[in-house]
Amino acid sequence: MRFNRKDILGIREMGSDEIELILDTARSLRDIITRTIKKVPTLRGRTVVTLFYEPSTRTRTSFELAAKYMSADTVNISTSTSSVRKGETLKDTARTLEAMGAEMVIIRHPVAGAPHFLARNLRASVVNAGDGMHEHPTQALLDLFTIREKKKRLKGLKIAIVGDILHSRVARSNIWGLRKMGAEVVVSGPSTLLPPESATLGVKATHRVEEALEGADVVMVLRLQLERQRKGLFPTVREYTRYWGINRERLRLARDDALLMHPGPFNRGVEVSSDLVDGNQSVINKQVTNGVAVRMALLFLLLGGKPDEISR
Amino acid sequence: MKLVVKGGRVIDPGTGVDGLMDLRIEDGTIVEVGENLKPDAAKVIDATGKVVIPGLIDVHTHLREPGYEWKETIATGTRAAAAGGFTAVCCMPNTNPVLDNPGQVTYVLEKARREGKVAVYPIGCITKGSRGEELTEIGYLREAGVVGLSDDGLPVENAEVMRCALEYARMFNLPVISHCEDRHLAGDGVMNWGPASTAAGLKGIPASAEEVMVARDLILAAATGGRLHLAHISTAGSVRLVREAKRRGVAVTCEVTPHHLTLTDRFIQESGYDTNTKVNPPLRTDADVAALREGLADGTIDIIATDHAPHHTDDKEVEYNYAAFGISGLDTALPLMVTELVGGGYLTLNQLVEKMCLNPARVFGLSRGRIETGGRADLTIIDPEERRTVDVSRFYSLGKNSPFLGRELTGWPVVTIAAGVVVHGEGK
Repeated sequence: MRFNRKDILGIREMGSDEIELILDTARSLRDIITRTIKKVPTLRGRTVVTLFYEPSTRTRTSFELAAKYMSADTVNISTSTSSVRKGETLKDTARTLEAMGAEMVIIRHPVAGAPHFLARNLRASVVNAGDGMHEHPTQALLDLFTIREKKKRLKGLKIAIVGDILHSRVARSNIWGLRKMGAEVVVSGPSTLLPPESATLGVKATHRVEEALEGADVVMVLRLQLERQRKGLFPTVREYTRYWGINRERLRLARDDALLMHPGPFNRGVEVSSDLVDGNQSVINKQVTNGVAVRMALLFLLLGGKPDEISR
Repeated sequence: MKLVVKGGRVIDPGTGVDGLMDLRIEDGTIVEVGENLKPDAAKVIDATGKVVIPGLIDVHTHLREPGYEWKETIATGTRAAAAGGFTAVCCMPNTNPVLDNPGQVTYVLEKARREGKVAVYPIGCITKGSRGEELTEIGYLREAGVVGLSDDGLPVENAEVMRCALEYARMFNLPVISHCEDRHLAGDGVMNWGPASTAAGLKGIPASAEEVMVARDLILAAATGGRLHLAHISTAGSVRLVREAKRRGVAVTCEVTPHHLTLTDRFIQESGYDTNTKVNPPLRTDADVAALREGLADGTIDIIATDHAPHHTDDKEVEYNYAAFGISGLDTALPLMVTELVGGGYLTLNQLVEKMCLNPARVFGLSRGRIETGGRADLTIIDPEERRTVDVSRFYSLGKNSPFLGRELTGWPVVTIAAGVVVHGEGK
């Protein structure tokens, strides 16, 4: 299988063979992270820009470290939304970066489709690090990697995704990815936070969290955006936790060996109880480590590396 | 100027004409309709193999002047209208300043008289500043020349204000045009709410945002006996509500745009988030498109209107949420409708002329839209065989914001005659 893409904009348009290739490549690269000297020369002299229009700690750091471990040069640009709206347009920013020789732009943006817009306007590779409510493809890839590693497979697993599905790009990317890899997905949350006609996403939706958790192999908890409450989508955080918060008792409905996942950052005691975050079913820290590996794999593949070069 | 239009198939549902006929035009008036007219000293326009119809009337155009001249002007907008086969446009009042007083209306009319290629009929605001609070001087606006009232782009949120508008405008026989949108339900949505918005990750505007206002205004129209015209309806539910109200005898008319008849919300993601698909009301679903076409055919929907909303490239070459709402429609409306609706078997050519000439004239009280001796010489000649690909660089409108770029259409207007003058085609 050859990797033949200029950009990574979403999981929806990827084939399962492409996903497999990325995960396999990430597996080969992950050992670098645990070495004392975390540096390989693979991408020496290559230039990667991170362009973040939204705050982020883990995703940006993860991309940056992935690039650094592979010896690429990185530049980070952070822009607050307000100054963007007053100042330079995305198109002009993109052209400026290209003029300076950027070979890859990793973009996070509050508006869905912004990476597509950038990709159309740039010869450089564009990686979507989260766009509005659309997709967060690298998060889904690291989640798939983590599940596959722990469960040795993806096909046939039952995955429960709990929380604000409507506004979540993590949920969307995971739904596309998990479905492509043959897993069964059930989503749960208050009906005001579930997408219209969920069946069109190929998932089962229920407002009864117990039904979603029953027999699940993986429980993926999403971050609750507290500002949704102010918009009236649910009455109080207390009531949210009462019905959809994942605690030890609820997790017992899932399989005994079920994994607990969360893309972070989490509200302890709101969408997931504190003891579970630190408990033995939690793979949250593994997700973070694997995130670096998956992003190394993407940088490597997009900047022209061939899968069989890694082992050398 | 003397003209003879020879050999064309003349279609005019207003007079019931459909046949090969010649037309003699003198001093802006049709002076003779008949067969084998002698040219005498007149210039001959050969319409053999072509279709001659009354000039199209667009009841929903944004000319952007005054205030947004970088998007469109009265000169460029009416030039685009001429190229699109329109001989009259009703321009919306959401300019800057808005057309909420007689002075502004007079300014537009004066500018149009000097620079316009086709007739311009201003629509005046319903409320002062389009703020939805106090009625404008509707009588004075009528005297200044408005043919309808609208706070287009903004709904009149206060139902009592809308009730008063319908009640008061009735005395002046002016239609009150409703831009049906509940702003709380619409929120900050940018596309239709449904599976397509879920997949695209963009905020949705539900059909209910339109339909609750359609329902409210139909109730108010029934209660007051005022003349209600619904702008750009876009959902199956709206069609159903209007159909039912008409059956009860409510004085309601409505319009639909060419883009809502031909595009769906799925196209947004398919086009890679092309901001030229961003329009309000948003592009809806296949079921809505089918219902709108059915509503046109059965007479529920009276008019096809462009909602021509030209924007500068800078207003569109940005992220989807930040892009302006609107589609530039004058240049493509007619060939799009001929190709998709007539070609697709949804409307006859006669019905299309009703929706784009006769009914617009009737609803807005314009003495035009017919081909008859002694009538105003506003004509559009269509070449039903002319096949061309939509190329925005050839648009006469300053607004190049068209989602139809690259679409092949058949049946373009080739000559437009406004008040006896050739304003498009024949070397113009």
